[in-house]
Amino acid sequence: MTPGFHFADPKRGKALADAIRILAPVEPFKIVHVCGTHEVAITRNGLRRFLPETVDLLEGPGCPVCVTPARDIDTAIAMAKAGATLCTFGDMIRVPGSEQSLDSARSEGADIRTVLSAADAVEIARNESIEVVFFAVGFETTAPMTAAVLLDDPPPNFSVLVSHKVIPPAMAALLDLPDNRIGAYLAPGHVSTIIGVEAYADWLTERKLPIVIGGFEPLDLLYAVALILRQHRDGTPKVENAYPRAVANEGNPAAQHLIAEVFEIADVGWRGVGTIPSSGLQLRDAYAHFHAGPRFTLDLPEEAGEIPGCRCPDVLTARAVPSDCPLFGTRCTPLSPVGPCMVGTEGACSIWFRYGGRESL
Amino acid sequence: MCLAAPARILSIDDNIATVDYGGVETKARLDTLTEDVAPGDYLLIHTGFAIRRLSAEDAEETLKLFDELAAAVAAEEASREAEESPS
Repeated sequence: MTPGFHFADPKRGKALADAIRILAPVEPFKIVHVCGTHEVAITRNGLRRFLPETVDLLEGPGCPVCVTPARDIDTAIAMAKAGATLCTFGDMIRVPGSEQSLDSARSEGADIRTVLSAADAVEIARNESIEVVFFAVGFETTAPMTAAVLLDDPPPNFSVLVSHKVIPPAMAALLDLPDNRIGAYLAPGHVSTIIGVEAYADWLTERKLPIVIGGFEPLDLLYAVALILRQHRDGTPKVENAYPRAVANEGNPAAQHLIAEVFEIADVGWRGVGTIPSSGLQLRDAYAHFHAGPRFTLDLPEEAGEIPGCRCPDVLTARAVPSDCPLFGTRCTPLSPVGPCMVGTEGACSIWFRYGGRESL
Repeated sequence: MCLAAPARILSIDDNIATVDYGGVETKARLDTLTEDVAPGDYLLIHTGFAIRRLSAEDAEETLKLFDELAAAVAAEEASREAEESPS
């Protein structure tokens, strides 16, 4: 960790934990975050032990690869089997599609490669005379990079399979699910670096719940939770920025411009949740020639339905925690995952399994 | 997926910065960045692209925010306790 940007000193931690204890609500109160990186930071640092008994903190649909529909994975696999060199982020490789994962297709000989950046996929296309498809997953944090490489004159043998999603519509949709009494949102830090504080303002005026943008250091998270609980106690729900060193009110205009130039908003499916209006990105007509779809003849398997016994849909909608699932840690483990939440390194089940799960409260 | 970590700029060539990323030297694209930056500045990097300039002053400011909130809540609590049990 770079010196000066690591916030975990125990003295401040205790002071913030004391504040959280003082601000504890009397009635049960559910805070939902929507960021796999948040869940890693919360669970790895054991921060739930500092929450009052009345407060639950759950990960919703925060793992981009977990919410990527099986159909999109099927499509990526079919492209690779039709001759494409399929490049994507490492998280995506083992997530099951309808019949298999990218990893198992690779073991059958498909050319599937892990990249750390969209720019790396373009480099492969520049250096080799093969059809390269970048399977573009991720939220607003990641979508600008896909846009940037498309605007940077990629070679003609480069195309994209776009499965980007945007977070605020999913946060709104979760509130409308039955039996989902979400008291507050801990909003994602680096998505907010891109979209800004103002992006949450529109729908908050109708919803009236605390939305606090949090960072990723242990103290950042304790601070954000304390702000949420103070808003709740005082009955003053609003958007509050607990990560101002990385999030500006207006966000990152350069990145927003890249997204808006290349993509338009679309209704898309979220695995475990269903179709959410205006929650995804698709290529604008001017960039449609980069769409990988028309370049290949695809042989798609029958689309799989829900996985029997797997509670990923409930975990992804913040209606259950991993240990509520009967398969968690028994039939479903990172080595032998049943559902997507146990595969993605930012899936709640995978994180709870790796870091010992929930502290008993 | 939304992991982003601070890195220090070593040099800049057009829209690509060479950065020190926790001891590892790597490249970061600057086309996703709004702010002007120079060698020595810190960047928040996500999948090979810079998304925000970080400053040491803002980091100090963050610590101040933590302290202020903790102190304010503790002070409220102390005055509430004082009201409830006047000695």
